[in-house]
Parts: sequence; structure tokens; C-alpha cells
Amino acid sequence: MKYAFFLGCTIPARSRNYELSARKVADKLGIELIDVEDFICCGFPMKASDYKSAEVMGAYNLCLAQEKDLDICVLCSSCASQLTEVAHSLSEDGPDREQINDELSRAGLKYGGGVKVRHFARVLLEDIGIEKIKEHFVKDLSDLKTATHYGCHYLKPSEIYDGFDDVENPKSIETLVALTGARVIDYPGKKRCCGGPVLPVDENVALSVAKEKLDDIVDAGADAMCLVCPFCSVMYDDNQKSIESEFGADYNLPVLYLTQILGLAMGFDRKELGLNINVVKTKKLLSRYFD
Amino acid sequence: MDKINLDRADSNFKKELASQPGGETISACFTCRTCTASCPITAVNDKFNPLRIIRMALYGLKEEVLTSDFIWLCSGCYACQERCPQGVSITEFMTLLKNLAVKEGNMPTGIRAQRDTIKGEGRIYPIDDFDNKKRAKVALPPIPTSCNVVEKLFPPVRN
Ligand code: SF4
Ligand code: SF4
Ligand code: SF4
Ligand code: SF4
Repeated sequence: MKYAFFLGCTIPARSRNYELSARKVADKLGIELIDVEDFICCGFPMKASDYKSAEVMGAYNLCLAQEKDLDICVLCSSCASQLTEVAHSLSEDGPDREQINDELSRAGLKYGGGVKVRHFARVLLEDIGIEKIKEHFVKDLSDLKTATHYGCHYLKPSEIYDGFDDVENPKSIETLVALTGARVIDYPGKKRCCGGPVLPVDENVALSVAKEKLDDIVDAGADAMCLVCPFCSVMYDDNQKSIESEFGADYNLPVLYLTQILGLAMGFDRKELGLNINVVKTKKLLSRYFD
Repeated sequence: MDKINLDRADSNFKKELASQPGGETISACFTCRTCTASCPITAVNDKFNPLRIIRMALYGLKEEVLTSDFIWLCSGCYACQERCPQGVSITEFMTLLKNLAVKEGNMPTGIRAQRDTIKGEGRIYPIDDFDNKKRAKVALPPIPTSCNVVEKLFPPVRN
């Protein structure tokens, strides 16, 4: 199984722990992730200011995958949403595609449709399957109590995701986490956004939104968060200290990527999974899983 | 909530919106408030209220909406749009309003900075040699430190 690996901007610059652990898990499962040097930003953060240019960037990236005759696998939920949306709206020959191809012709490219875009978690469920994943587990994580955060763009807008999972009652991430034996703790604001996109507009509003979720999770008794998006991690891991000092709270809640949890169960060591790079320290929580 | 002032209404605004992606469905709104009740931003700051923004747009308060700070508080999370019983594409509508505001010259500095970085460098967090050194240390492949294709895709700098 082979995919064009779309890292986006946030992961290579700020989430080496996610990238490392995803590559390890993929390797173990025989998933070939092909790096494509020329990929650029998916366009997502420009949707608000320049919707058309954002679409051109998305389509440019689809073209590069098309040239290699590969579907795309992403790790970032916002990349998933942006690239899937563009693939969706350009799936049929028509005036929309023609207009974008006009713009792409300046770079000598033309999009012909047909590139599929999926998040890594979705690839695991749909192309590998839970039985095969379980075969590679060597450690039981049943002492770990996790709270999953789906975020928004991993599943929304639902009309572009062809019925994958259920927006109001999502299960895909906890299905994968539960395979490791780890417990999945329910909490009230599970479907709430992290507030991240508002960070460049009003930091206090953004941090207030993120704070509500951290409160809920700590109250519910989870000892770690599980994420599938680097930008959610900017809010909960990178900014957890700022939230604590801004609102006088005390969480000390480790924030793990799904791929770090799966990698842990597969027996990889701390550094292989980049657990030493996480901002909120994970050592104490996870020491029982390492010799 | 402040009262909506109709003195400066622009009767064409509704039509203008209806012809653009994201604006086609707003007249179907029957003010049930599901969007506002679902909104994570309203929950922490009642200055922001998606239903109120839709009403203001339908009343033709073009200038007030497009010069407002509050449209920029929408996080684009789709919680509202997924639940609207009338199929109003609320999130896409907020995106449309932001795009129209930019055309009128209104955009927060942070959003402008993001756009300029992406259009100039092809990435929101450009990679430098130091980043690549950190990547190499953990055996991750290097990422290009420059991007030429954006010049071709976006020739003259627009505002
Ligand atoms: S969504 Fe974020 S990470 Fe993904 S490519 Fe775009 S800016 Fe970069
Ligand atoms: S939770 Fe935040 S970062 Fe994650 S998908 Fe939603 S807005 Fe994006
Ligand atoms: S949920 Fe839909 S119908 Fe209800 S108030 Fe919001 S936009 Fe109007
Ligand atoms: S998309 Fe915007 S308006 Fe709708 S719920 Fe999310 S933040 Fe609120």
C-alpha cells in the first residue's frame, strides 16, 4: 500500500513527534509513505482571506499526486478537509475545473480528477483493518486513561467525507485507541473545536475555547489526551502552559498523538516515537511502559 | 444583544450574497437558534452570534457586517452547519463574508500576515536550515527551504 505523504506546513516545522511516530507505525504495518518534495501548503489558512487562491494551492498539490499516480495520505485534519474539499469540487469535468486548470497552467499543470485524499487514521481503518493492526501489538496499555479529541476538520464538513464515521457520534479514533487496551474516557465537550483558527484574531477567545475542553477532560479523570491533528496540538500541548497561567488553572495533562499511542503498543521506544519532544512531559505517565 | 439598526440597510446585499458560493442558502433560515446554541465561540464570547450575523446580512446591513471585527471570530468549525435543520451552509457563509470583507480592505493583521507568508513562501511555517538540522537529528528527511512555484501560481501581488 502506497500513498503520497502530504505533511503540510505545521508538521515538519512544529510536530516532529507526530511525523516520527506516524512513519514508525506506517513502516510496521507495511504502509509506504512517499515523500513529495514539491508539495506546498494545502491552502487552508487562506480560505478566509482568499478562497480562490486557497483552492488553487489545493489543486496544485492534487496534481503532484496525480503525476505519481498515487492517492494522498495526510496527518493534519485541516489539510484533510482542504484537500478533500478541493478534490470533491473538482471531481467532475466542468467550468470549475476548467477555471482552476487555467490558473494551474502557469505552473505547467492540469488536474484531471480522481485523486483520493484520506487521513492516516482513516487509511488504518479502511485499508489495513483492525485485525491486522492488532497483530503488531506487543504491549497492553490498559492502565492508560485517554480522552480523544476529534477536532472539526477530520470529519467536517460531512458532505465531502463520503459517510466516513459519524459527526455527532464519532467512533473511529476511539476504536483505534481501544485496540491497544487503553481506556477511552467520555467527557462533555468531546465534539468542541479547539479554537485554534481564532488565535491570529483574538488570542483570549481562542485560549478560552481550548480551556473549556482541558477543564472537561481533567474533570472526567483522563490522564492523557489523544489527537489526530498538529494544529489541535498547538492549542492543547504548546499552549497548555499559557492557558494555565492566563486562567490560573493547573492541568499538567500529557497530549499524545494517536500514532504515539499505537506506536507505544507496538513496542517502539520513547525517542522513536518522539515522546521526548512533547511539550507537556510524558515521562512519568508512560514510564510503566518502558524498561 | 444590541438592537439591529436598519437605517443603513442595502437592499441589494441579500441578492449579492445569494449569487455567491456560501450565500445561496441563507434565506432559508427560520431563526431556530440551533447554530448559536452549537457555536463554541458564542459559548465563550457573546459578542459573536452566527444567527445574528445571518439576520444582519438578510436585512442588508452590508457595511456593518463587512467592517465588523466579529465575523473574524468564527473558527470555521462546522458545528453549526452540520446541525442546521434548514440546510443553511453557515460555515461557508462566514467564509464568504470574510472574503468579501477582505475585498473591502478589512482584515485582521494576523490573517493578512498568514496570507502573505503562504503566498510568498508556499508555507505558513517556512523551513530553514536549522529546522532541517533538527529533522536530520531524528532521521527525518529534509524539507525544501524555498518555493518557486508560488510566483507562478500568484504572479502580481494583489491586495
Ligand atoms: S492546513 Fe495547516 S498544516 Fe495543513 S498545509 Fe495547510 S497550513 Fe499547512
Ligand atoms: S479542533 Fe482546532 S485545529 Fe483541530 S480541526 Fe478543529 S479547528 Fe482545526
Ligand atoms: S440553525 Fe439554521 S435555521 Fe436555525 S437559526 Fe441557524 S441558520 Fe437559521
Ligand atoms: S463555524 Fe463559526 S459560526 Fe459555526 S459554530 Fe463554528 S465558530 Fe460558530
